[in-house]
This record gives sequence, C-alpha cells and structure tokens, in this order.
Amino acid sequence: MRSQVEGSQAVARAVTLCRPQVIAAYPISPQTHIVESLSDRVRTGELAGCEYLMVESEFGALSACIGASGAGARAYTATSSQGLLFMAEALFNASGLGLPIVMTLANRAIGAPINIWNDHSDSMAMRDSGWIQLFAESNQEAVDLHVQAFRLAESLSVPVMVCMDGFVLTHAFEEVDLPTQEQVDAFLPPLVPQQLLDPDDPVTIGAMVGPEAFTEVKYLMHVKQMAALDELPVIAAEFRAAFGRSSGGLVKPYRTDDAETVVVALGSVLGTIEDVVDTMRDEGHCVGALGITCFRPWPAAEVREALAHATRVVVVERAFAVGAGGIVGQNVRDATRGLPLEAYDVVAGLGGRPVTRASLRRLLDDVLAERLDPTALHFLDLDHALVQRELERSRHGHRPGPHAENMLRALGTVASGAYE
Amino acid sequence: MAFQEIKLYQTGTFVAGNRLLDPDQRSVQARTGRSNTLTSGHRACRGCGEALGARYVLDAAMRATDGRLVAVNSTGCLEVFSTPYPESSWQLPWLHSLFGNGPAVAAGVAAALKARGLDDVRVVGQAGDGGTVDIGFGCLSGMFERNDDVLFVCYDNEGYMNTGVQRSGATPPAASTANTKALGDQPGNVFGQGKSVPLIAMAHEIPYVATATVAELRDLEAKVEKAMTFRGARYLHVFVPCPLGWGADSADTIRLARLAKESGIFPVFEAEAGEVTAVSRIRRQVPVEDYLRPQRRYAHLFGDHPRPDLVARIQDRADRNIARFGLLPEGDE
Repeated sequence: MRSQVEGSQAVARAVTLCRPQVIAAYPISPQTHIVESLSDRVRTGELAGCEYLMVESEFGALSACIGASGAGARAYTATSSQGLLFMAEALFNASGLGLPIVMTLANRAIGAPINIWNDHSDSMAMRDSGWIQLFAESNQEAVDLHVQAFRLAESLSVPVMVCMDGFVLTHAFEEVDLPTQEQVDAFLPPLVPQQLLDPDDPVTIGAMVGPEAFTEVKYLMHVKQMAALDELPVIAAEFRAAFGRSSGGLVKPYRTDDAETVVVALGSVLGTIEDVVDTMRDEGHCVGALGITCFRPWPAAEVREALAHATRVVVVERAFAVGAGGIVGQNVRDATRGLPLEAYDVVAGLGGRPVTRASLRRLLDDVLAERLDPTALHFLDLDHALVQRELERSRHGHRPGPHAENMLRALGTVASGAYE
Repeated sequence: MAFQEIKLYQTGTFVAGNRLLDPDQRSVQARTGRSNTLTSGHRACRGCGEALGARYVLDAAMRATDGRLVAVNSTGCLEVFSTPYPESSWQLPWLHSLFGNGPAVAAGVAAALKARGLDDVRVVGQAGDGGTVDIGFGCLSGMFERNDDVLFVCYDNEGYMNTGVQRSGATPPAASTANTKALGDQPGNVFGQGKSVPLIAMAHEIPYVATATVAELRDLEAKVEKAMTFRGARYLHVFVPCPLGWGADSADTIRLARLAKESGIFPVFEAEAGEVTAVSRIRRQVPVEDYLRPQRRYAHLFGDHPRPDLVARIQDRADRNIARFGLLPEGDE
C-alpha cells in the first residue's frame, strides 16, 4: 500500500512485518524514531509476540540481541554513530558467533567534534566487523532491504546491517509502498536457527579457540560472507517477483554502458548524482553512476564489470580514512586492478553538509577537464581559507586552543547549517 | 534457612554429613541423579573455589528447574578453563559472548525464551568479580533495573585472576596483586576503595539477593534453589578463594572461605526486595588475622616489617560488617 510516511516510520513498519521476537534498543539520534515507533507497535499489539528490551546502552542492546539470537529468537536493534562504536566489541562477537541479527544503522557522523548529522563514518568504521552492510538509496529501498536482510541473515546465519542516511532518509517524508503482512510472511519464513541454546540438546556456543583452529573459524566467516554475493542477487530477484519492484542486489549501474566517467557512491546521494548524470548526458558527456548497495561483502566482480569500459572513476564518499585516504576508493582500486582507468577519491557530505548538484557538477567538470589530481585526496566544498587560518593560528599561538571552537568563531556561527 | 540445620561440632569442621539428613534434605551433589553440569576434566587450578562454586550452583539450579536451564558466561577463568576448543565441560546449553556483557546477553536469552513461549526454561548468568563489579557493571545494573528473569551469579575471587592477578573493584584493602604490590608506605590495595555489589543489587530492590561461600555448600545450594523460586532479577554473590591469586594452599580453599565468614570479613546474608531477610551468624568468631595469615597476598602485613596498624584497619572493616548485619553468634550480641 502506498502512503506518505516518514522514513523511520516506514522502516518500523517493515521491521514489524518481519515479526522480530526480541528488540533491544537504546536511544540515539537520528535512529530514535524507528525504535520509538517499534515500542508503540509492541505495546499496541501490532507487533505481537515480541519482547522489547529498553537497555542501558548500545553495548547492552547488541549483547541482548546476541543472547536472544542464540536462544532462537529473531532479534533486531537499531543505532547510529557513537552507538555503533559503543557496540563495536559486540559487533565482532555477533558475526564471529554467526548470529543472524538484523540492525538498522541510521548513518551519522562520529565525534569529536560531536555532530548528529549524516555521513558514513559510522558504518565505514565498522566495515570489517564481519557484518553484511547494505546501503539504502531511498526510503522505499530501506523498507525493502529490511525484508531482504532478515532473509539473507537467516539463510547464511550472519548478521546484517541496513544502512540508511540519518535525517536525509530517516526523517524524510515521501511516498513508500509498504508491503502487506501476507506478502512478507510468504517471503520470509519463520527463523530456523542454525545453532540453538536448547536444554534438550545442549551445545556450547562461544568456546575459546587457539591457534590450532582460529584461522579456520575466521576463514569460514569469510566464506559465508562471500556466499552472500551469490545469495543477495537471488533474494533480490525473488523480491522483485514477489513485490513487483527492484530493490537491493549488489550494485546499481546507472547509464554506465558507454560511460567514460563513472561516479561511484553509496546511499541517498545517488539520487542527486543521477540527476547530474542526466543533465550532463543531455549535454553530450559520457558519464554514468554506480551505486554500491552491498558494501560488505565487497562485490568486486560486479564493480569491475560495471567499470570495465570507463576511463575515469570518481568515488564520492561520505567518510574517509584519516591519514590514508578514501575507503570506498581503495576498494574500487582493488576491484579494478589492471584496468586502464584513473580513480579519484572525493570526500563529500561529512557531518551533514549537503552534497549539491552544483558542487557535483563543478567536481565532474574539473575531472573531465583534467584539473583534478588523481593521486590526491579531495574534499568537496572544503573551505580552504578557514583551514589555512586555523593552521596559521596553530603555528603562531602559544596555546591555540580547541580547533573546532576556533573555526566556528572564525566563521561567526555557532550552529551547523550556516555554511554557504 | 529453608534446609535442615545440623550443628556437628565434634568433627571440628562444621560439616554435616548427608547421612544425618532426611533424604529429601540431602545435598544435590550427594544425589546419584545430579546433573554434573560442569563435568570433570576441565582445566581449573587445583583447589579452585570458582570451579567448586559453579558446580554446586549449576547442579542446584538444574535440579530446581528439572534440567530446563541455559547458562550465559562472561569471559574469565570459568569460561577459559571450561571450554578450550574443541572441548567443553558444560553439560547444559551454554553461551559465552564477551567480558562485559554477560548480564545483557542473559537478559536477551530470557527475552527470547519468553517470546518463544518457553516459560519453563530458566537462565543463569555467571561471571567472576571483574565481569560483575567492573566491566559488566553497567549491563548488570540494567538487567536488575529492568527486573529481567535472570539469576546472575558472581564468583568473587577478589581480582582479575585469569589475566595474572590484578586488582578489581572487589579486591580488598591491603591485598597485594600484580598492580597493587606490597610497595611503599601503604602496601597492597588502597583502603577506602571498592564496592559491595550485593548492597548495590539490593538498592535496585530486585526480588532476591544473597551471598554465600564455598565453605557452606548446603547453604549455597539452598540459596540457588530459593533463587529459582522467584521470577525477575536475582543476584547471588559467592565468595570463592583463589589459591593462585591469593597465594594460598590449594587445600585451604574451604578453610579460607570459612574464616572469611567467621571473621566477619565476608557477610553471608539474604535479602528480598531490598531488605535483609536472613543472615548466617558467625559460629565461632575469629580475628581477621587468622584469615589473613595463610594468604601470601597479605604476607607483607606480618613479615619482617609487620603492619599491625593495617591489620587493625581490616579488623575494623570486619567489625563494621558484624555490627551492620548482626553477625555475632546468638547470645553474643
């Protein structure tokens, strides 16, 4: 049924339709509307047979999900930013134990400086935690990915993180086609746990493993993750057949067939990028876009295939490895090793800064005119003057003080949103 | 006490033989049908108080639940010595996740069992003092506060023994550990630090809180069985001497546990909904020195440069427990 609904409400409804048996959550913006809504749905009985634990921390939230999943329940949580980092130890534990937990990550920046707005620093920080990471481009896709995530998680017994841009998607009202309970029930069978705490058949879960088998246990984790590269397209195809629309899969090529320059990105920024591609196509430029829906496991073959005929790839990413460079860019380089193409790493949209069509257009014009150095890390819309001023202060001041406060003072603003 | 009390002073051990008890009062361990939940062959040190305590706790819990039990274990000695892959000493469904999350994992298990309609299956969480009073404390308090249906058991050996005997929030003052050595003017662990999680648990007003030692194993069993008659959050704090960490003779584990109780160092009591409902009185009071002397971690109090001032401060702490909980033998108060 189509309805105008906030992204968080749509996701809460989708999660409800997936019939989780245990939800454990802790409030953090911008994920809060999802877990608030789920609490309502458990209380009203819309989501029946579900235990909702309001825990003392995100670490407790995922830990409770680990226990619940081990005891045979379909378990779900949601978090953002600092909350995901607070879960870090439990993230690795859940994947190491092979527990099919599903989590919504409302992507948000990581402090310091503290910032509640959207970027991908949180999911990228935990990219190697052994969780499958799916990125939604729209609220419709966020809804659909949750339904697919439970299927995927339970078929492989691995945890899955559905990433959706905080505020940009979670707080946006737009039309979403919400599936019916019958549709979801037909698509998502009840959980059949691959390991279970059962008094009638006791097992030990979480034994200590030394050098004699640790590598093999970790290797199996890798094998299972890589199996998701085969499983996910199958699930997406089944989803299309059952629900009548395309969602999910591994990558989303957009006008890449004859594209010489391809922009690679994840999440909601893809819509803007596709608009820019359309405009430039109308002007005769051979450009395209490649959306990465599944970032972990990394769909190297699909990325390579989509970029096989490109000469330039511009990776627009909402996070970066401080002191090293682009994260998605590094993976793209791996996937395209040996191909004759130039890759540009562009950091954009950190801490909620909008990635506008105008900025993207300027960036692509620079790339096409070969004004951009492919060996350097670029920051879209970086205020160079502001940075220079602060660096100058640091060089000369005896005690220059905290950078963030200095830079806000220099800007004459105390709140985000006053950028130009 | 729920169980039949027999004082058998002539053995000099306070231990009552099972043969003197009514059959239905006999120890869980004395029954042929005991579950051997933590079975033999594990790798605990000789004289390990924690292994002894865990065996009694879980077998009693298994009996109380008719074998419908799941255990969650925090990282620590108990987890390490019982499950070196591919071996496991556990004969019940057992889950180990992390060091600091045992209470939250146990809460999740309880929630799952409830959601799945398995109300007869109960959950025991267990950890050492590090996993309980320090790194797991936030999760423990959350589990208490939500009144999740979990019995959480702390096996308190007063330090991080698995990592090489470092100080925890349960390490007593003056005790020498790897990071509170007997150096300087105030040798050993600092006075005025540490916390009592049983009292903190009581402040949450959870249905049942109890302390016990491995010197009084029938009492321990009875408290486990009683704990399993409640629904909601329950906490059992078991005093378990550690021969390795304390520098004590392996044969002295039970004796030290008894001396801790008889000196007033470790108060043994029960509480319901935040109120103390019963205490185990001291039978024959001993000075704390009797408890301290056999342990190498206190050797610096009695060596070439004895510190009677510090022993007196420890005695003050014991006296405070005795006054606070009313631990003196009947007729002596």
